Amino acid sequence: MTGLTVAIGGAMPALAIGLLTSKAMEAIGRNPEAAGEVRTSMILGVAFAEAIAIYALVAGLIIKFV
Amino acid sequence: MPHISLAAEIVTRIAGFPISNALITTWLVMGLLTVISYLATRNMKLIPTAGQSIAEMLVGGLHDFFATVTGKYVDQVFPLVASLFLFILTANWVGLLPGVGTVGLFREVYGVEEFTPLLRGATADLNTTLALALFTMVAIQYYGFKTSGVHYGKRFFNIGNPIYFFLGVLELVSELSKVVSFAFRLFGNIFAGEVLLAVMAFLMPFIVPLPFLMMELFVGFIQALVFSMLTAVFLSVAVAHGEHEKHMAEGGEIHG
Repeated sequence: MTGLTVAIGGAMPALAIGLLTSKAMEAIGRNPEAAGEVRTSMILGVAFAEAIAIYALVAGLIIKFV
Repeated sequence: MPHISLAAEIVTRIAGFPISNALITTWLVMGLLTVISYLATRNMKLIPTAGQSIAEMLVGGLHDFFATVTGKYVDQVFPLVASLFLFILTANWVGLLPGVGTVGLFREVYGVEEFTPLLRGATADLNTTLALALFTMVAIQYYGFKTSGVHYGKRFFNIGNPIYFFLGVLELVSELSKVVSFAFRLFGNIFAGEVLLAVMAFLMPFIVPLPFLMMELFVGFIQALVFSMLTAVFLSVAVAHGEHEKHMAEGGEIHG
């Protein structure tokens, strides 16, 4: 079960982060002057999406080691 | 398999209080930061020495960075978020030093011989990250109330309109969930990194762990950045929200 926890909990945030980053790169390509602002909001969004993967990871670690 | 423990091990007890190895590392990091900042600012000159100019570059760079995130509120929130950034960064990187988590003593716990490391990465313990998250949460509410007094409370308790009331309940829940997400994000990333490094060093002791070590340096930096940046964003949202409510209550018009 540990493997499945991280597999499902990792796949969805990976998709989200990929979408976020590709859109941000597109935005920077269209408007290179706004690169700094786009990057800041992108890192924020990525951090929120990544938090979900980390919850799954913490749950997996707890199943494994506790 | 290498020895991995989710909870920080208790090294000793002082007057009944358990002193865990993560707590010892936290104190060492605090001491290190205090000594470095004392040395860097001890005798400041107009023409800086090498140490002073490095410290100035660091603080100036951080100030510029947080200015892009928080805009005009940067001077209010800068001391808090910059301290958070420096503390978390140092704590993450100290956890990667050789000897942290590997130097320790064998003791008998419940009749079983167990290895207790003397030091453990400070942020690889949920207690440390939870303390940081709770402190951040209290600071955000404090800044909100400080700038606009009771008007900030309207963010959570507003009975003028049923929609605003339910919005307030949602805001309250989201403030509480921020504590969980702050604490678990930092702990999960750093602890997972330590487990990864331990497993890699166990499977293949030479060369192979090096790229992972580089990645952990990067992850430590990014997590410190994310923690302090999210704090900065939430702080500026709280301050701006309070100011807006105050402005509205005084019969002002919406502009900007």
